[in-house]
Amino acid sequence: MNDMSNRRIAPYIFITPWVLGFLIFRVYPFVNSFRLSFMRYRLMSTNNRFIGLDNYVRMLTDDPVFSKSFWATIKYVILTVPLVLVFSLFIAFILNFKLKGVNFFRTAYYIPSILGGNVAIVTLWKFLFETRGLVNQIITNLGGQQVRWYTDPNLAMLVMSLLRSWQFGSTMVIFLAALQNVPRSLYEAGAIDGATKFRMFFAITIPIITPVILFNFVMRTINAFQEFNSSYLITQGRPNYSTYLLNVYIYETAFRRNLNMGYAAALSWVLFLLIMILTMSVFRSSKYWVHYSD
Amino acid sequence: MELRTKRKINSFFRYIILILVGLIMLYPLMWLFTATFKGNHEIFTSAGLLPQEGFGDWSAWKRAWNFNTGYTFLHHFTNSLRYLVPRTFFTVVSSVITAYAVSRFSFKGKRIVFALIIGTLLMPSVIFTIPMYLFYNALGWINSYYPLWVEAMFATNSFFVFMLIQFFRTIPRELDEASIVDGCNTLQTLIYILVPVLKPIVITVAVLTFMWGMNDYLGPLIYITRMSRLPLSVALRTAIDAESTADYGKVYAMSFMALIPALTIFAFAQRYFIDGVATTGSKG
Repeated sequence: MNDMSNRRIAPYIFITPWVLGFLIFRVYPFVNSFRLSFMRYRLMSTNNRFIGLDNYVRMLTDDPVFSKSFWATIKYVILTVPLVLVFSLFIAFILNFKLKGVNFFRTAYYIPSILGGNVAIVTLWKFLFETRGLVNQIITNLGGQQVRWYTDPNLAMLVMSLLRSWQFGSTMVIFLAALQNVPRSLYEAGAIDGATKFRMFFAITIPIITPVILFNFVMRTINAFQEFNSSYLITQGRPNYSTYLLNVYIYETAFRRNLNMGYAAALSWVLFLLIMILTMSVFRSSKYWVHYSD
Repeated sequence: MELRTKRKINSFFRYIILILVGLIMLYPLMWLFTATFKGNHEIFTSAGLLPQEGFGDWSAWKRAWNFNTGYTFLHHFTNSLRYLVPRTFFTVVSSVITAYAVSRFSFKGKRIVFALIIGTLLMPSVIFTIPMYLFYNALGWINSYYPLWVEAMFATNSFFVFMLIQFFRTIPRELDEASIVDGCNTLQTLIYILVPVLKPIVITVAVLTFMWGMNDYLGPLIYITRMSRLPLSVALRTAIDAESTADYGKVYAMSFMALIPALTIFAFAQRYFIDGVATTGSKG
């Protein structure tokens, strides 16, 4: 075989695994989950059949758990995404200081993220906020009152969000790379004009890194909507389903409670649409606030 | 003189901030480690790090080695490796080949392929879970490790493919052309010329695949229910639940044990994934 025909055929051979994977693991389940969402489909049932929009109607009219977990999810995303973004940008900012040993801190700060959703970390987090846990011990040592983190819906949600904010590593690293790429000449120009550090941060740094803010914002939002571990392992949805995230509801409907795959598929489609609508509107809005330099 | 003093004060405050944040980041982990040397009473009364009795008492660790699941830590860790090793290997191979095709060749439909790779990057995985479960169930693969690694053979992780495409773009094409002049075919060019250049990013992909797999809980939770086959993540949870709250030292020691594989890899490979993530984007 000569080189030319090799170069002509080779890409099709190389791309074949991806094409197969895309069809089997992406297109097929996508179509099938849509189909399932219109079915009464239980594992090991012989009575699986199409029921039209019944799953969706039931969700909206006859399922108090759905609306609770829907709002819990929205609340979690609204609380977590800005918290993670602000925190990781702040950390990236201080890691951008020209100081000796700053690389050591960069590595150290990354450790909680690399342990990610590890059950051990989630469990540790749960213990930290228990009534007699480390956080309350520190609070009482400082003269404060014990806090019952898991009985108040807002506080329980906050515990879940704080876990994600503590694991800001990858978001922070991307911010850091962006901050290092801001041209120094702009700051010098700003300094000549007599701008304060504070003013320069908001008038120079932030506008320049808006594309990266958009990217992190979208990725964090998609991830936050699909959060599972903290709701399932830390709060178990307590109190009264107020921290019961949709992803947990989907899991329990499909694999625990009654193996109701059809209803779970419908729930996952609602979550999917929610994510898509939000992602799209963020992209749409981006032309008003994202600045591309080239 | 005045400026220098001002600068010194400035950097002093910066170190203070760095150390304070560092404490918030690492204190819980250090506390978890030292708590394994404390009794229940001490765990609940002292927020300090140093255990009263020092670090001599490893009995919690000995109790923790048996995971309350009827199996040891090592057994469950081996279970994790049984799908993480093939998953890591195949993810690397399939992603590199896909990225190679997209970044180095022109072929019909290439633009669509690239658009779909980006599109699936933004697709939430939740939508695929239930049909894939039914699919694997029909194949009789529930309670096997296949569902946890078979996908890896088909470059389904768009994040890695995208990351590799970005890296391919930084390698001059002259390198490929020279190797073709030397008589390499396209596959040989990839293996002998490009992969050595890509080594840092290949290691990054391997390490991240392994780490995320190690930390994954929902995946194995769905597919593996048989106690003897539980991987570390699910086994840890099961063990903690079985322990209830009688023996905190043991629970903490089990937890810390479960973190050791990830911490070890981090110690050896940290520069790879901090740099790797910075080049393209985020996850995890």
